[in-house]
Amino acid sequence: MLAYDIVIIGGGPAGLAAAASAKKADTDSILILERDHELGGILNQCIHNGFGLHTFKEELTGPEYAYRFEKEVYDLGIEYKLNTMVMDISPDRVVTAMNRTDGMIQIKAGAVILAMGCRERPRGALNTPGYRPAGIFSAGTAQRLVNIEGYLPGREVVILGSGDIGLIMARRMTLEGAKVKVVAEVMPYSGGLKRNIVQCLDDYGIPLKLSHTVIDIEGKERVTAVTIAEVGPDRKPVPGTEERYTCDTLLLSVGLIPENELSRSAGVEMSPITNGPVVNESLETSIPGVFACGNVLHVHDLVDYVSEEAKRAGENAAKYVQSKGEEISGDVIKLVATDGARYTVPSTINVNRMDDLLTVRFRVGAVYQDAYVSVYFNDERVMHNKKRVLAPGEMENVILQKAKIASFPDLKTITVKIEKE
Amino acid sequence: MTYDVIIIGAGVSGAASARELSKYKLNVCVLEKAEDVCSGTSKANSAIIHAGFDAPEGSLMAKLNVEGNQMMDRLAEDLDIPFKRNGSLVVCIHKEELGVLKDLYDRGVANGVEGLKILSREEALALEPNLSDNVEGALYAPTGGIVCPFILNIAMAENANTNGVDFRFNTEVEHLSRDDDGIWHIRTNNGEYTAKYVVNAAGVHADIFHNMVSSNKIHITPRRGDYCLLDKEMGGHVSHTIFPQPTKYGKGVLVSPTVHGNLIVGPTAIDIEDKEATATTQEGIDSLIEKASMNVKDLPVGRKVITSFAGLRAHEEHHEFIIKELPDAPHFIDCAGIESPGLTSCPAIGKMVADIICDLEKPEKKTDWNGKRKGIIDPNALTLEERNELIKKNPAYGNIVCRCESISEGEILDAIHRPLGARSLDGVKRRTRAGMGRCQAGFCSPRVMEIINRELGIPMEKITKSGGRSNIVLERSKAVKGDE
Repeated sequence: MLAYDIVIIGGGPAGLAAAASAKKADTDSILILERDHELGGILNQCIHNGFGLHTFKEELTGPEYAYRFEKEVYDLGIEYKLNTMVMDISPDRVVTAMNRTDGMIQIKAGAVILAMGCRERPRGALNTPGYRPAGIFSAGTAQRLVNIEGYLPGREVVILGSGDIGLIMARRMTLEGAKVKVVAEVMPYSGGLKRNIVQCLDDYGIPLKLSHTVIDIEGKERVTAVTIAEVGPDRKPVPGTEERYTCDTLLLSVGLIPENELSRSAGVEMSPITNGPVVNESLETSIPGVFACGNVLHVHDLVDYVSEEAKRAGENAAKYVQSKGEEISGDVIKLVATDGARYTVPSTINVNRMDDLLTVRFRVGAVYQDAYVSVYFNDERVMHNKKRVLAPGEMENVILQKAKIASFPDLKTITVKIEKE
Repeated sequence: MTYDVIIIGAGVSGAASARELSKYKLNVCVLEKAEDVCSGTSKANSAIIHAGFDAPEGSLMAKLNVEGNQMMDRLAEDLDIPFKRNGSLVVCIHKEELGVLKDLYDRGVANGVEGLKILSREEALALEPNLSDNVEGALYAPTGGIVCPFILNIAMAENANTNGVDFRFNTEVEHLSRDDDGIWHIRTNNGEYTAKYVVNAAGVHADIFHNMVSSNKIHITPRRGDYCLLDKEMGGHVSHTIFPQPTKYGKGVLVSPTVHGNLIVGPTAIDIEDKEATATTQEGIDSLIEKASMNVKDLPVGRKVITSFAGLRAHEEHHEFIIKELPDAPHFIDCAGIESPGLTSCPAIGKMVADIICDLEKPEKKTDWNGKRKGIIDPNALTLEERNELIKKNPAYGNIVCRCESISEGEILDAIHRPLGARSLDGVKRRTRAGMGRCQAGFCSPRVMEIINRELGIPMEKITKSGGRSNIVLERSKAVKGDE
């Protein structure tokens, strides 16, 4: 059986950043397993710019951003296998993978970093009634067809869902000469970034209809029309508000789901809110030595934050391997998200294992204006930051100081909540 | 060339008839208007092998159901069809209706169904703990089963083709007439065919062809059934096929594991006119969830659905199979009104059709007929060593194309290059399951298109989901056109 100190599942932005940081933390034997024929993950098909503003203070395209990390991996001499699908991860960290040349191989890993990214929710998950013709694509599949394969998937387009990929594809299809007729969003707010709504819809005069959904799809062979309707507060269509759009294509951008089939089969404890693993301050899952970062952990808006998170996962995995899995004792403090905050990553903190500063990321469940992000240590409010706008589409964070946590007497619970005042 | 037999329709009835007829020295051709076999009723149903207690005693439906059920083990073995006798339960949730179970039991016994047993509430719950808390009793049928309807259909057609039966796809019959010499002239969109015998296995369209040649008219009503297919995470929610008590519209909304480990819920029963109207409706899907939950508890139908679809049953008003030579149209054999339990009955239907023709034509049996078919290898069923052996021989088996169902390029190549191979995304999907998983082809469809393009030389713009005008991409992107 092959053996590596660290095996990283996925060679996208998370896997690359984790690999580089683990290597720099003096771990030599690292292997990245990537199912595609090149490193870079989904960034390879994201040819628009806007990546790296936080990390590099410049606007890069997806492939450019990915290449900065790929180059680091090449320069550091980190091993990787392309065209390799991981089939299984066992609880004792034996990774089973397969490709054309090696066949099915098993690799014993000192530590595993889960960096598989996420997938798009398909139409089926929405149970949208109507026909099932050709011409219904998830936005990411359409993006691949246009940007990687070089084909136009449709000429007259309706988009359901205002996730970022859907917004980006509204612009991309328009630039390709297609007519994007409308973007319907079932929620009363968009799930995408504000800047994408401005740059991808407003700039091209594409209407965004909030609180609208698709209620019928016509076309026996290829899509011929789509009917949308307004929805009430219960998200059920309101009779009499139907509008029919003739079109040949329906793009779906209705949410991303962390791709955790492997994590589940390994027995990693999952969060029902994020659909990703439950992790501690070290980004370690419920299985010791198995770490998670990037979109497989929770869906991010910005790749910069993926890289940042992955860097920490890489460092912590290196630490784990170097300490030979030795437990660092210490009280475990629970993180609780409530009153508008939907979840936190991480879910627990062992103060003896945390860095001097710890970024806790979370999302809110609704749109808030002029509200406060508050942090409580037990029942005492220790942070109270005013935010002009909080929206589900934009990930938020608070930064905790180790010194403050360590000095707080009998700290059991840290609560993150949204407060009106 | 004048064929001995032309079969209209490559669904399960047509394919089963073709396979039976391929045992004889007959020139047989199947005409199919779709681009592949298994494109109508046969592809969208409950995928159940019924025990046979539903149909009235003495009916043809009852006879062929029980016969077909008994033939299924051998057929599945010979043709490598995924099939499992998981047993079925008809659940009674109203004490005052327990008598209905007894009626079903008596009918089943009269029909020749073996092993039927009426279970008490406790026995039923012991067998199937996720039954509704309201369960009062159940009828248990151990011979009930589940099958892959696609492979059942495809395997019979492939085997018929291997044994000399021609298949013509994208060939829609437009007109039928019989000349003075008793030869049938079949006009299609692809020219005229002639044959001594015609088998009308056209599913929901069978009445059209019947009525073209007979003055004794029939009417087939497409009875739409909506279904939800749930994620494999839910596949173990029940282990038997769970039926409610039947009504005049059919066997009601069932909940069953599928042979591939998903959970299926359906169908509704809505009579419509349009013979191609397979659109689901919100009301239909909503009613499914409500009805299924009466018999099975904790169904998270809303959240775990990976796809919903609708199929059309070919409902004839007398609710009986019509399988016979028409008195006023010699050598025209109807195979009409094949609704549930049609899938179960299909091996017996094929046998009956072949027997009718053989009685008239007295053909010789072939000596070299081969009734066996090897299916596409399922590498997930192999040991590590066997799998590595396979990959060494053909590296394509080491390349996973469909991540959800773990389908390799090797399986897709086999699906494309075997007899009556796949030419579309749905064709690949039905043969290999690539695209049938929880992401519903989002990941694999561009990859499968590349393989079809490379292997069959079909330009990307001409590759379809399921034939006709179901193209996936329309033209080269501007960026690429600029380069070219």
